[in-house]
Amino acid sequence: MKTEKETEIAIAQINGHEHISGAEALLKCLIEEGVDTIFGYPGGAIMPVYDKLMDFEDKLKHYLTRHEQGAAHAAQAYAMVTGKPGICFATSGPGATNLVTGIANAYLDSIPVVFITAQVVSNLIGTDAFQETDIIGVSMPVTKWNCPVKKAEDIPDTIAKAFYIAKSGRPGPVLIDITKDAQLEKFDFKYRKCEYIRSYNPNIPLHTKAIESAAILINHAERPLILAGHGILLAKAENELKAFAEKAGIPVACTLLGLSGFPSDHRLFTGMLGMHGNYGPNLLTNEADVIIAVGMRFDDRVTGNLKKYAKKASIIHIEIDEAEINKNVPVDVEINNDAKEVLNHLMPLINENSNEKWIREFRICDKEEYDKVIKPETKPEKGELRMGEVVRKVSDLTDGEAIVVTDVGQNQMYAARYYKFNHPNSLVTSGGMGTMGFGLPAGIGAKIGRPDKQVIAFIGDGGFQMTLQELGTILHYNIGLKIIILNNTYLGMVRQWQEMFNDKRYASTELVNPDFGMLANAFGIPSRKVAKREELEESLKEMLDSKGPYLLNIIVEKQGNVFPMVEPGSSVSEIRLTY
Amino acid sequence: MKQEFTISLFTEDHIGILGQITIILTRRQINIDSLTASESAVKGVFLLTIVVKTTSEMIQKVARQLEKLVDVLKVFVHTSDQIIYQEIALFKVTTKGLMSGNIIDQIVRTHHTRILEVSPEYIVLEKTGHKKEITELLTQLEPFGVLQFARSGRVAITKQVKELTSYLKDMDEANRVKTETLEVMN
Repeated sequence: MKTEKETEIAIAQINGHEHISGAEALLKCLIEEGVDTIFGYPGGAIMPVYDKLMDFEDKLKHYLTRHEQGAAHAAQAYAMVTGKPGICFATSGPGATNLVTGIANAYLDSIPVVFITAQVVSNLIGTDAFQETDIIGVSMPVTKWNCPVKKAEDIPDTIAKAFYIAKSGRPGPVLIDITKDAQLEKFDFKYRKCEYIRSYNPNIPLHTKAIESAAILINHAERPLILAGHGILLAKAENELKAFAEKAGIPVACTLLGLSGFPSDHRLFTGMLGMHGNYGPNLLTNEADVIIAVGMRFDDRVTGNLKKYAKKASIIHIEIDEAEINKNVPVDVEINNDAKEVLNHLMPLINENSNEKWIREFRICDKEEYDKVIKPETKPEKGELRMGEVVRKVSDLTDGEAIVVTDVGQNQMYAARYYKFNHPNSLVTSGGMGTMGFGLPAGIGAKIGRPDKQVIAFIGDGGFQMTLQELGTILHYNIGLKIIILNNTYLGMVRQWQEMFNDKRYASTELVNPDFGMLANAFGIPSRKVAKREELEESLKEMLDSKGPYLLNIIVEKQGNVFPMVEPGSSVSEIRLTY
Repeated sequence: MKQEFTISLFTEDHIGILGQITIILTRRQINIDSLTASESAVKGVFLLTIVVKTTSEMIQKVARQLEKLVDVLKVFVHTSDQIIYQEIALFKVTTKGLMSGNIIDQIVRTHHTRILEVSPEYIVLEKTGHKKEITELLTQLEPFGVLQFARSGRVAITKQVKELTSYLKDMDEANRVKTETLEVMN
């Protein structure tokens, strides 16, 4: 005679189902989706999931960060370097709310991350129970999609949908909030991947008419310019972009997040766009007669004053998110589709061209920028160390082969400007949100995602102190991340603005710093402090040659400024080389 | 220049969808003048009718943002001349007041109102029409003692539009073709 439970299991097996708990089902769903790495932090409500995790240690590697925000950033960076969605766990209440900065960061930069939060047991929802928070409501404006789950049987379909939504179309973070009782409840589990959602269709039909119009504009252009954004990397369209630019002889400028989507050493590469981008592409945006914007969203940091932006150009906007088209800049030809798809279709329609004269204009700008900004920044002969020379030295020593992670501020702009990116997805940075504190946990996620690569995080002394508890994660898992603190004892970017726009009134921007070396050592991380130019190369080599993690505390010029700069409210063509 | 727009939004029955919609409007500081939500003619599909005042440039951007929401099926934006629309209002007026003037007959006739309930204390009147007409009736009734007044949001029917059901069919059809192509490719 079988017990009731045994009978239930027997029936489930006959039907091809497994009779398991919601927590176990969740983990099996993740395995079905090809997940092998999870970042997270346990707590009361999510305990059933963590308990089950112990049974899946061979398939799912969980990294315990030291704060949920760290887990969120690490998961995002992991997604950026692997191309797979990042996975992040947190418990209810504070666990969930601590994720919010990380979720918002992934949302603004279109990174697929599946966040799983736990919720208090369903009969306590709405009672202000211990560690209860409405994370669905809180995360609504910063997720692509979110969904509460109160029954175990809803877990498989919801997870399947979550992955489909996070990865397809314009990618983005999703959040699933699962009550504790749903994690414990047993049900008949079966998993089917999601392939279609009626109200959401990421497969947009190709608008061939628009592509033909674009080709005509491009073929008649005398001063065409490609603005390549993050969409190139997300669509894996790097080769298509290169082939397209080469055939039509069109210079390419990248947005911050578009960097590494086009090789830095390519003859058609003109540099980075935007506030601290390169001189040529900013200045000449306003001289171009046709702009081909691919996978970018005309962010205000890229466009400067919209009233004076690209007025001489017909604009072709290739963008997967329809809501981004005509949002900031009115366009002449809108092509709402995947960058790779569009470039492939555009390719046979465009004529071969070289635009030598036009490209020469960029080279003239490059020369001026080199003489006035780049040379003094990367090859100073005297004075204190500069951030630019540190980054360029790292770039040379690693031959552009490393994955560069940045924090936010001057360190980020210097890293973006002076590292020479050769491989797609070799820059991990916080673009839209500009989240200080992103660098260290993102560095951890990137190194875990690509252990084969040298991963180097450039972090300012300010941002480092926002998430430095993640040194504990590095210690715990011996993560071979190389950390370079560009230490100027200031919140440098804000200080630069204070110097330029607030009469040098340095309100709350000067820092009193701890001994970063001792701090690193406390976490078992070797470190070295460098302040002299003669020691720079040798110390960088020591860091790069070391096997495990390493922290290099580089004392740089206290009041250095990043230039060129498009001042707020100015036009891109009013870009300044000096101050 | 700001003008009135009626947004007709068809959505799936997903928790929080109304929140997602209002967040998009709130973030752009667009006030909702009126909002009606109910199940549409298609089972499981909800129709929201939202009236807002904004510029035509902004409404286009907002419509694209709304359409982008995963659980929104379709968004239509119309100006008032492109739709037939109504609101409904209920008035609870003191019987004493309404009877004393002996004007009930006139009000029912001129405003095409219906009497829903009569009791010794109050009379309940129903009026459907545009917001302006309802407000006019309210003004006229006020001297007689309006005990309660409630009005709905706008419901609207478009003068010319492809039916939602045909959009849904298109969507399913597109998916069927895609799946079949994939199968052939495999």
